[in-house]
Amino acid sequence: MTKQCTISCDPAVLPEIRKFVGEVLSSNNLAEVESHKMILAVDEICANLIIHANNCDPTHQLNITVEVRPNDQVIFTIKDQGRTFDFTNYKEPSIEEIVSSRRKGGLGLMLVRRIMDDIQFATEKNYNICTLIKKL
Amino acid sequence: MVDIKTTKENGIFLIEVNGEVDASSSIQLDNTIKSALETEQKIMVDLARLEYISSAGLGVFVSHLEEIQSKNISLVLFGLSEAVYQVFNLLGLPQLLKIVSTKEEAINALN
Repeated sequence: MTKQCTISCDPAVLPEIRKFVGEVLSSNNLAEVESHKMILAVDEICANLIIHANNCDPTHQLNITVEVRPNDQVIFTIKDQGRTFDFTNYKEPSIEEIVSSRRKGGLGLMLVRRIMDDIQFATEKNYNICTLIKKL
Repeated sequence: MVDIKTTKENGIFLIEVNGEVDASSSIQLDNTIKSALETEQKIMVDLARLEYISSAGLGVFVSHLEEIQSKNISLVLFGLSEAVYQVFNLLGLPQLLKIVSTKEEAINALN
C-alpha cells in the first residue's frame, strides 16, 4: 500500500507530517513503539529539509511517500527541490562532541541512522530524493 | 503544540512539559530550562504528558549538560512514556541524564 502527501516547507507543518505517517502506519497494524520511531525518523529528515535545504520557505514543497510492504519493509521517500545534502561527506559526531560543544543540532541524523535500516540520498533531474527503509 | 508550566515545591523547581516538542516548539523548552539554570539548584522535569520529542527537544537537554555539571545543578527527568524513553535511549541519554519513573523518585534523587 502506498500513500502520498505534499506539504509546504514551513516548520509549523511538522505535526501534520507526523499525523500523516502515523495514520498510514497504524492502518497497517504496525507496533506502536516501532511506529513512533519511524514517525520520528521522517520528522527529522523533513525538519532538516525544511529548515536547512529550503530555508523555511513556504512556497517550496516536500513530497512524502510511504509504501508499506507487509511482513517485509516500509519505504519512505521524501522529495524536495532545495539545496542538496551531501550525505557522502557526512561524518557522525560523537555524543560527547555534541555535549562539549553545547550545541543543539547534530542529533537528528544520529537518530535516523539508529532507527532506519537504510538511508539513501540521491538527486534526479531537479529533485533531491531521500529514501528511508525500515525492515519489518 | 507544547505547553510548559513551572512551579516551585519545597525548594525544588518543577517544569511540566505537555504536548509535543519538535523543531518548531523546542525553543519554548529551551527558554524555560535556560532561565531555570540561572537561578535554581534543584530542578525536576515532569515528562508524563510529553507525547512526542524529536532531536530538537533532546538537543535542549544535551546542550545544557555542561552547564548543569559545571554549576553542580541537580536535574532529574521523570514520568517518560515508553515511546519517549526509547527516543532518549536511542542516543544513550539515560547514561548522561538522571531519568527516573515517578515524581517521588525524582524528589528522593534531589534530596
